[in-house]
Amino acid sequence: MTTDKRAVITVKGLEKAFGANQVLRGMDIEIDKGEVIVVIGASGSGKSTFLRCLNCLEDPTGGNIYFDGVDIADVSVDINVHRQKMGMVFQQFNLFPHMTILRNMTIAPIKLLKMTKEDAEKKALGLLDRVGLKDRANDYPNQLSGGQKQRVAIVRALCMDPEVMLFDEPTSALDPEMVGEVLDVMKKLAAEGMTMVIVTHEMGFAREVADRVIFIDEGVIAEQGPPAEFFGNPKSPRLKDFLSKVL
Amino acid sequence: MSTLTFAKWIADAPGWVLGLSEGLQRFLFQLFQCFIYGDRWKMYLNGLKITFIVTLGALALGVVIGLILAIIRTSYDSYTVTKPPIILRILNPLVQIYLTVIRGTPMMVQLLIMGFVIMMPKTQAGGIACGIITLGINSGAYVAEIIRSGLQSIPKGQTEAGRSLGFNFFQTMWYIVIPQAIKNILPALGNEMITLLKDTSLVSVIALRDVTKQAQNIVSVTYNAFVPYITLALIYLALVLILTKLLRILEKRLKKSDH
Repeated sequence: MTTDKRAVITVKGLEKAFGANQVLRGMDIEIDKGEVIVVIGASGSGKSTFLRCLNCLEDPTGGNIYFDGVDIADVSVDINVHRQKMGMVFQQFNLFPHMTILRNMTIAPIKLLKMTKEDAEKKALGLLDRVGLKDRANDYPNQLSGGQKQRVAIVRALCMDPEVMLFDEPTSALDPEMVGEVLDVMKKLAAEGMTMVIVTHEMGFAREVADRVIFIDEGVIAEQGPPAEFFGNPKSPRLKDFLSKVL
Repeated sequence: MSTLTFAKWIADAPGWVLGLSEGLQRFLFQLFQCFIYGDRWKMYLNGLKITFIVTLGALALGVVIGLILAIIRTSYDSYTVTKPPIILRILNPLVQIYLTVIRGTPMMVQLLIMGFVIMMPKTQAGGIACGIITLGINSGAYVAEIIRSGLQSIPKGQTEAGRSLGFNFFQTMWYIVIPQAIKNILPALGNEMITLLKDTSLVSVIALRDVTKQAQNIVSVTYNAFVPYITLALIYLALVLILTKLLRILEKRLKKSDH
């Protein structure tokens, strides 16, 4: 397997079907280290499925996904080890409601990375401080607003020191006034050089932060490019049509 | 011990008893005969000990069996697209058979088969073990379905969040899903505990001297059924009320994180 040394994830011919419903029909993409990729597309186009295939939350039904040179689409690979290095942020936050914020963040590093409780908590508090939530460490998720929950979900994933962060519509479940605080955290993260794949409807954010925008239509990558060109000079009629509706 | 008759008892009775009506005298005699004479109250206590041991043992066994069965069924069901691994494809039908057989036959029959066909205990300790195992296996079948519905009540996103952090299926269950499910299944599990406690009264058929058997023994020596059996009913009622209260307290505690 020869991959570009800089590529963190290389996707080849990715396919996913739910029964007879073929959602992804052969996708190829290379994601470089430090690259911020924003994935857009109409609902039902397969963009969330694509993201969820990247860490095998959905098992691909065809193709390969090379992460650090290992094909994680291969069922004989221990996916759990590789998932530790891929953080994921969900639309519905999915914080663990029976644990405090601090416990939410430290349980995975303690149990999986065998960090000591002290080290893990120190790290978690440092990350919480960076997103302005240090004083909420001992609260439970239900005491937080949506924006705060999502910021916690982001730093919970960061506690595992991931190489890649996957975002599945991270602002779609938020009240409008809370979208900004979450996007700000993501911008900071991008500026620090984190490799990110983001499914979103925030076109302004895509324009500002993305290194590359990809447009998924009917299960394939229909068009991709740097944001200025992507938004300024779309080529395919489907993308033109889509952009005219959302911009 | 010689049989105590009403005539013998009234002859030795203290003076204040003689002033009462005949009906009350007879009732006091029955109470005396069933509790005080020959320290018979100790028989209830000894029986209660057996009842407690069997209940707690069967409860623990039932929860362990139920949890294992529920996890097998849940993980089997979690493979919607791909085929489950071979081990699950073998275990799942076995679990189905177990659930069908245990829920499809009476507890009494299961006790008779365990006691007189399979285990055939010779000692009281062996009898206790037999009682615990039979009731535990029985309870496990019901607990399994209770736990399974509890596991299914937790949103899929919780499992996905756990898996995305790198936890495997069992770690995700143990750290994330089960602690949340317990809260949801506690009322149903409490009902099952109460049923189990009352069902231990059946172990007398395998010659275990639980509180029911002791009451029966007292009836057979006193020829008086009223006092021992009403007492027996009150004992079970009191135990169930205590258990209900404890479960309430536990439920309240677990609600803390809800805010």
